[in-house]
Amino acid sequence: MAVLRIDLEKNLGDFSLQITQALNIHTVLGVLGNNGAGKTTLLRLLAGLDPIERGVIEFGNSTWLDSNRGIFVPPHKRRIGMVFQDARLFPHLTVEGNLNFAADRAAGQLLPRTEVISALGIEGLLPRTPEGLSGGERQRVALARALMSAPQLLLLDEPLSAVDMGYRVELMPYLRRVIDRFHIPTVYVAHTLDELTQLADQLLVLREGRCAALGSVTEVLVQLDLPEVASREQASSIITAQVTSHDLDYQLTSLTLGGQSLSLSGLVAMPGADVRVRVFATDVAIALLKPEGISIRNVLPAVVTAIRVDGASPFADVLVAVDGQSLRVRMTRASLDELNLTESQPVFALLKTASIASD
Amino acid sequence: MNIDWQAFLLTAQLAGLTTVILLVLATPLAWWLAHSQRPWIGWVEALIALPLVLPPTVIGFYLLLLFAPESGPGAWWFSLTGEPLNFSFTGLVIASVIYSLPFATQPIQGAFSSVSSGVLEAGATLGASPLDRFFRLVLPLSRRGYLTAAVLVFAHTLGEFGVVLMIGGNIPGETRVISVALYEAVETLNYGSAHTMAAILLAFSFVVLLVVYALNRRFSFRLGSGV
Repeated sequence: MAVLRIDLEKNLGDFSLQITQALNIHTVLGVLGNNGAGKTTLLRLLAGLDPIERGVIEFGNSTWLDSNRGIFVPPHKRRIGMVFQDARLFPHLTVEGNLNFAADRAAGQLLPRTEVISALGIEGLLPRTPEGLSGGERQRVALARALMSAPQLLLLDEPLSAVDMGYRVELMPYLRRVIDRFHIPTVYVAHTLDELTQLADQLLVLREGRCAALGSVTEVLVQLDLPEVASREQASSIITAQVTSHDLDYQLTSLTLGGQSLSLSGLVAMPGADVRVRVFATDVAIALLKPEGISIRNVLPAVVTAIRVDGASPFADVLVAVDGQSLRVRMTRASLDELNLTESQPVFALLKTASIASD
Repeated sequence: MNIDWQAFLLTAQLAGLTTVILLVLATPLAWWLAHSQRPWIGWVEALIALPLVLPPTVIGFYLLLLFAPESGPGAWWFSLTGEPLNFSFTGLVIASVIYSLPFATQPIQGAFSSVSSGVLEAGATLGASPLDRFFRLVLPLSRRGYLTAAVLVFAHTLGEFGVVLMIGGNIPGETRVISVALYEAVETLNYGSAHTMAAILLAFSFVVLLVVYALNRRFSFRLGSGV
């Protein structure tokens, strides 16, 4: 774990960034926010790529910036690895040349080269020039290059945003593997929640240059007052459950969640393992009585813990607790009124599907 | 047939030396022109570009005055070395450097400007210092600009005539370059050697340009595209 203490104030025209936080980076700190929220600005300040009038950045025991003491460590001395939206490979060098450029300037213990290359699956690309690579390949090379510089902190600036939709799915396992294998504290900027629920453990939500929320992904996802995590497609929660068995015939996995059993499809995990599953708010329904004769298999006793109604929207958000874990539910305001839900009311949560969040 | 090989050699020395000096000199100048935000940069650019539009005799005339051993830089040089700048090879080199300066700065400045700042930022985050980035990223990515600059300066110096005549005169082995020798051959109705010298120059220039274009095509990765 690494501690990143920041106290930053940067003015850019009518936009200003103002953040004072101590960020504990266990594995991956996700930074979420709409366009113009200051995500890239923050990352560039961490890298030292932009000037700043006033601020402090401390990473672990080193001070990278302290305007009061006149300290500014330039980017090439910060020992960071950065991956930009556009891969920014050196066009005059081969893929291998790009990796060597990083390795030759790395300070401290190098990561094993063959492991980096195989983790990103770029063995076959080494002799090629960046020009001929696809978007996904470029980002893999850029990530490998960043790793070859033996960084103490990885800064990823929407590494998937310039990659075609289809390739994003392909890139995720590589990112996952890099995070799991090399254990480098990472700050991951994204403007969609999908990547972050799969990769990040902590989430910092930026809004108009200010910190709107900070906490574990699980906590932040169920904050009903955060528009950044409330979109129709993305609103979700993460629950942890234990795998009990697989039914090969029906291709379903049974899990237990506080004594309740849950069955989901598409899970790959050993019995006994804890899995984090992401449940979309639109995939959960609420019933006042235990329903009978229904195709939904997962019916969990729950208690309503919070209700948020936005009069301008046809939908309402409800939070229920299932064995101490928060589950986010999206329903119409009409249903909410019809059910007459109130806080601490016992109900049943009906789960349609869920996807795995991370191991 | 009387071919003035000495003039050929002298011309090659002059053009070669001018090219080397200018590539070195133009590098910091072009970098500064490409990156400075100062409002008066336009004045400097206009000043450097003057040789592009001024008649060579005008430049030659002012240089003649500056180089004169009686006063100014010419006097300083004379007191330092005991040699006058006018009608000397050194004077020719200095004049050529001034005369061909825009042919060096403009392509290099263009190449510097087209190196994407994104690529340089990536270099910085990978641990490359500013100087390291310049030599390992900016220079290789600007090689087409350097090639163009070298060829233009060399060719421009090769064809220098008016300036040479004004400040250099026609001293064999010292200031008599090929263009002057050619002029003299024509003046003295020595058409045979004029033909030969002109043909050699023509063939040489063509071959140089041919090589440059071929090399340019080979180096045709997209410059500074940030791939």
